[in-house]
Amino acid sequence: MSASAVEIVRDLGKEEAAPMATAVYEHPLAVRVCHWLNAVSLFVMAGSGLQIFRAFPSFGAKIPQKNLMDWPKSLAIGGWLGGALQWHLTFMWIYIATGLIYLGYQILSGNYRQVLFVKRDLPGVWPMVRHYFFFGPKPPQAEAYNPLQKHAYTTVIGLGVLSVVTGLAIWKPVQLSWLTWLMGGYGMARLWHFVVMWAMIGFVFGHLVMVALHGWNNFVSMLTGWKKETIKAK
Amino acid sequence: MSRRVDPAGFRRTSRRELLKLLPVAALGAFAIPSLQEKVLGWGLAFSDRVSGGVFRPEHLAPVFADSEVAPFEKFPINGYDVDDPGVDLDNWTLTVSGDVKKPGEYKLSQIQALPRMRQNTRHVCVEGWNVIGRFGGARLSDFLDLIGADPTARFVAVNCADDYYESLDMATARHPQTLLCYEMYDRPLSREHGAPLRLNIPTKVGYKQAKYITDFKVTSLVEKVGYWEDQGYSSFYGL
Repeated sequence: MSASAVEIVRDLGKEEAAPMATAVYEHPLAVRVCHWLNAVSLFVMAGSGLQIFRAFPSFGAKIPQKNLMDWPKSLAIGGWLGGALQWHLTFMWIYIATGLIYLGYQILSGNYRQVLFVKRDLPGVWPMVRHYFFFGPKPPQAEAYNPLQKHAYTTVIGLGVLSVVTGLAIWKPVQLSWLTWLMGGYGMARLWHFVVMWAMIGFVFGHLVMVALHGWNNFVSMLTGWKKETIKAK
Repeated sequence: MSRRVDPAGFRRTSRRELLKLLPVAALGAFAIPSLQEKVLGWGLAFSDRVSGGVFRPEHLAPVFADSEVAPFEKFPINGYDVDDPGVDLDNWTLTVSGDVKKPGEYKLSQIQALPRMRQNTRHVCVEGWNVIGRFGGARLSDFLDLIGADPTARFVAVNCADDYYESLDMATARHPQTLLCYEMYDRPLSREHGAPLRLNIPTKVGYKQAKYITDFKVTSLVEKVGYWEDQGYSSFYGL
């Protein structure tokens, strides 16, 4: 081969050896902003909620008082009941607004379709559970979100709504007396609120594990919207 | 859909998209010690505004059957209270002042002469417990009429025999279930429950229902809102 032909071949070889990058646009800005606002808000709501709970850590009578648990102050936000209520009654507005904006965006943009769990997704849940937890085979990925993800992301929205509804029943048991009655009374509303919080904490735990397992590029997509996929050329 | 990206352009896009998240950083204000108190104060004030907005003067708090009332021994006495502020029951009077036509000293018998209401209502403590009790007394609105209170005044402010004090928005003061309460469980108030006079306000949180009342002022200017409010608790706290 001539010298120049060798150079061309060498240059072509270099180009093809370098990995080609592709990226997928996964998360619109509205989703990302709401995600992070909510992540902080939920953390503050749960933390301050637990400090509020510490003031009367029981779901029974005041006399005689039987505490359910002694939640450590170090794992709560606010320092004392007064402080915790300030955090809780401030962040609840950010939490509610974020939820409404997210729901509004998802519905108006039609984006909800890729994440909403519907009847058709039901058969796909168990194969995903088996794959994640019991070393089952990886089911073929047909859509942006697999059935188990859809189930999780749909359920957590329901839980979010319940956290607000039960919270309102506690905050306004006179003005919203019908709502408090629906919950089974003031004491029950307080219990449901507590239970829903733990269910959401359970979701967050599972969510964080999944995020950790699915790599840096996937995590970054919730920051920039884009998930980089790197393909090495042959 | 996968798109081919040139690495440098991708970095630029990523940076730009990341910057769009900057509004989230506004939450950082809550982490800055010098700003924290202020923004939390705004949040609490906003919550109070909403509470005031959703308060309906004609909406009654739920009342309960006698069978649902907790036994007297199970009605808690909050540990924060001084349960004996040394009230001289024989010589006690209510000192009325402010925007009223008839200020001065009022005896308990004058309050007891007003129509007596009795109600089984839920007492909700800010701590999280609640108890259904039986309360009796005069409607606060009847007392306001008795003393010739200015109908445009905005607040009722009370002082107590211990170091407690509270204030009430006029709409709540005039609510039909707000009582100048001198009875519990059909008997005169016991010493621990605030003898001889306390507030019973089923539309408000427990700490607004002051015990051992000694002074009663009708006013539109309140400097000290309440014992707990001045330490950072909610001012309106309507239920």
